[in-house]
Amino acid sequence: MAYIDPHIHMVSRTTDDYARMAEAGCVAVTEPAFWAGFDRSSAAGFHDYFRQLTETEPKRAARYGIAHYCWLCINPKEAEDPGFAREVMALIPEFLGRPNVLGIGEIGLNKNSRNELVILEEQIDLAKRHDRLILVHTPHLEDKLKGTRLIMDAIRSAGVDPGRVLIDHVEEHTVAAVLDRGFWAGMTLYPDSKCTPQRAVDIIEQYGRERIWINSAGDWGPSDPLSVPRCHAEMRRRGHGADLVARISLENPLAFLGQCAGFRLPG
Amino acid sequence: MVLIPVAAATRPGDVPRASAETRRMPPPTCPLPGPRVVDLYFMEHRAKLLDIAAFLDRLDRSAPPDGRGDVRVRALRRASAILVDGEPDRVRRILELLSDHSAEPIPRAHTQAAIGVDPAASF
Repeated sequence: MAYIDPHIHMVSRTTDDYARMAEAGCVAVTEPAFWAGFDRSSAAGFHDYFRQLTETEPKRAARYGIAHYCWLCINPKEAEDPGFAREVMALIPEFLGRPNVLGIGEIGLNKNSRNELVILEEQIDLAKRHDRLILVHTPHLEDKLKGTRLIMDAIRSAGVDPGRVLIDHVEEHTVAAVLDRGFWAGMTLYPDSKCTPQRAVDIIEQYGRERIWINSAGDWGPSDPLSVPRCHAEMRRRGHGADLVARISLENPLAFLGQCAGFRLPG
Repeated sequence: MVLIPVAAATRPGDVPRASAETRRMPPPTCPLPGPRVVDLYFMEHRAKLLDIAAFLDRLDRSAPPDGRGDVRVRALRRASAILVDGEPDRVRRILELLSDHSAEPIPRAHTQAAIGVDPAASF
């Protein structure tokens, strides 16, 4: 069945992964800018990274019939130094007009610090000024509950329509608040943290199929680029129909991402 | 929520469970019949339970024994009680137990990593 993986870091994956994802039915990916596992030493490193996201990856994906889109930002792990973060943010407008750029992301918080919050607010404003969608990273583990609340408050204060914001990495203690406040919610399927495919299906069974999607967030750490189709298998194992799979992994991503005029599927 | 009766714990070693008056069950949203849920998932979670037991045993066999007092281990012991309290929403309640519940941003991030529990909490 055709599906979209709306959050995966293909710069950290091999070409074999593109091949396997295409064989499993993946027709499009969206790739947020993120932390590379180390702090870049200069803003020029981000300039090269944004070129990789907007020039190299779309070509690599296209060889397997997969449409590649991306999100640009300074990620929260490298946002503790506001001066450095602003240097990176100044690069972003140059790339926003490129055809595979959807918006600003994955912005958010990591340790819920004041500087992270200031840079988050400035990037929300950047998205607002350019009328772009927003993809949000919520903090890990013990920091997620507090961080998710701070992020939602910041977006509300900026006057951004929550229907144009996807808040990612929700879990059982954050999903209800995210959906109740009108945001879209993303569940990340990780082997060791965040959601397993089983828990993601549990959440869908309890909170419904409106404004929610699943993604692999596959990257350089323990992660699985095929976790989205594995979650589909879990849905089928429980007796859910093809309509639920299509809703979560095709229709919902199309509804949210389709708010960006440039987004379209191959063929 | 639907109130359902729960059998009282009657044998030595049984863990206390919620009373029939207080136990709440969520509406049935999983399409699988209960026995099928057990068939499909029991072995996987039996193994995970044994992994936790083995971790705690390993900790007991380690020297020095400081690890037993680690905030993460204390939090794990506290969270494990939620598994057997007979109340629903166990995942949400465990995640909330392990979370930082403060409201204000911290002055500065001195690390990029999270440890899995709120180190300032009194577990």
